[in-house]
Amino acid sequence: MTLLIAWRNLVHDRIRFAITLTGIAFSTILMGIQLGMLLNFVHTISTVVDHAGADLWITAEGVPSVDLATPLQERRRFQAMSVEGVAAAEPYMLHFGFLKRPDGVRQIVIVIGIDPDATMGLPFAMVEGPSAKEALAEPDGAVIDRLYADKLGIRTLGETVEINSHRIRVVGFTDGIRTFTQAPYVFMSLAKARSFFYAPDNDIAYVLVRVAEGHKPEAVAEALAARMSEVEVLTAGQLAWRSQYYWLVTTGAGITLVSSTLLALLVGVVIVAQTLYASTMDRLPEYAVIRAMGGPRSYLYRIIVQQAVLGGVFGAAIGLAVIAVVVVFTRHLSSAPEVPLWLAFGIVVATMLMCVAASIGSIGKVMTVDPVKVFR
Amino acid sequence: MMQPILSARGLVHNFGEGPSAVQVLKNIDIDILPGEVLLLVGPSGSGKTTLVHILGHLLRPTAGKITICGKSTETLDEDRLAELRLQHFGFIFQAHNLFPMLTATENVMVALDLMGVEKDVARVRAHELLGSVGLGHRIDAFPSELSIGQKQRVAIARALAADPEILIADEPTAALDSENGLKAMELLQALARNSRRAVVIVTHDFRIFQFANRVLHLEDGRIVDKPPESSHSFGAGSAS
Repeated sequence: MTLLIAWRNLVHDRIRFAITLTGIAFSTILMGIQLGMLLNFVHTISTVVDHAGADLWITAEGVPSVDLATPLQERRRFQAMSVEGVAAAEPYMLHFGFLKRPDGVRQIVIVIGIDPDATMGLPFAMVEGPSAKEALAEPDGAVIDRLYADKLGIRTLGETVEINSHRIRVVGFTDGIRTFTQAPYVFMSLAKARSFFYAPDNDIAYVLVRVAEGHKPEAVAEALAARMSEVEVLTAGQLAWRSQYYWLVTTGAGITLVSSTLLALLVGVVIVAQTLYASTMDRLPEYAVIRAMGGPRSYLYRIIVQQAVLGGVFGAAIGLAVIAVVVVFTRHLSSAPEVPLWLAFGIVVATMLMCVAASIGSIGKVMTVDPVKVFR
Repeated sequence: MMQPILSARGLVHNFGEGPSAVQVLKNIDIDILPGEVLLLVGPSGSGKTTLVHILGHLLRPTAGKITICGKSTETLDEDRLAELRLQHFGFIFQAHNLFPMLTATENVMVALDLMGVEKDVARVRAHELLGSVGLGHRIDAFPSELSIGQKQRVAIARALAADPEILIADEPTAALDSENGLKAMELLQALARNSRRAVVIVTHDFRIFQFANRVLHLEDGRIVDKPPESSHSFGAGSAS
């Protein structure tokens, strides 16, 4: 019966109901999009680390993020190979460069150079063109992500552009390798990348290490660090976290997203609390009757909380539907919210908690209901 | 001698404390008998509303003792008092105070739900109660679709849902025209007669005196002896 009363209370005033749902949906959408963007940023920042297939990354000291590499001498790779537990150690070049589009517009890019025979760090998610190894083996071949094809002035495979005044031909497209820095990744062979930046033959950015079976990455990392000075040996997870921390915390980007999410929650609480409180005030005489008839206060609390939760369910459903549409229509953009099922579930739970929190004011009001007042 | 359903002795009630306290009830003794229609009348400020609050256990007296079916209610806490009201009292309010978004049936079902009656059983019982007050044809109507007299009947049906021994009505005819007021009082009188309930009515309406078995006049917080007005006929009802 309380659920029926709660539902009828909710829908009795259509305008108020619409305001309530709009408020909850707005809050849900804002939370979903902000958290979805945050999740996308987290994944985007570390995407080349997450998909490189390396257990360990040897970096120059103090590298704050994978995209902000400091040159490392390739001899580190040979040193690494002599350490027990290392199955493979491969060079990985990463350098910012300028790409000149066919129309003359210059665009900053991140060039990643890998040996075509490499087993780690290759462009992943190839969707057009030959295999990654074949693409990198082509003399002027390069691979870009098709999300950025327009941005880089590429319409189809085979078109050419210049990077640092060197010609490259796009021979393969990946799908979904986003960049957080807005400088798209361009994959090419290590030798070509070195020549583009006039780097010495022994300059690289990272050494990617695969740990032999039966060895723990952390233990091998310690052995490598003990063997080499002036470098850091990080697990893939550590480098990913360091990169995420740098971009999201030290730049304030993540704090902005998180604070927007909290603000969305607050807005939702205020809107739901206000409409719920108004509804409760309207029903006070009837609630007083229930108290007079001998109904316990918990009966009234149930009505109010159920009213809040019902509003939350419908508001969250509308919000999630809008979020789903946004996710679908932005999936091919360079920046798009990611809302996996667990996050959607979390948003619904947060919305429910928000609505229940919003009912506290109304419950406080109902606590003061005096059954005597209905006689006046 | 007939045993009272409710017996109150030495009821005193003050509003406020200390030197500024106002005593609104002064040593009231009252017995409420099964099957009677008891009217509480008096001028504004005489204490009749406070008395009915206390009799209905909506308000604790400053002093005095009430027993229901021989059991004292003095030491009951708020929760037990609520249970007591649920089990023994039915209330009919001047403004009806029906849930506007619930149908007549659902309004009655709320009272049954408070008693823990299962939903389907409650619906059947609500229909029976509405039928018993002459609203069998309006069971699915919302309060906004009912006349004032019909709303009053829904309120009566709701008050009867828990099958209480005592019905307390606050100015039940104040908002009704003569015809509907008469019908409401006939219904309450029949409920008292036929089911041995006591009906306690606070009223200013002299038209309904004819339905009372007893009329208690309150003045300045005391029950006073007052001869019946010549224009009103008392005792038409009988507490059998």
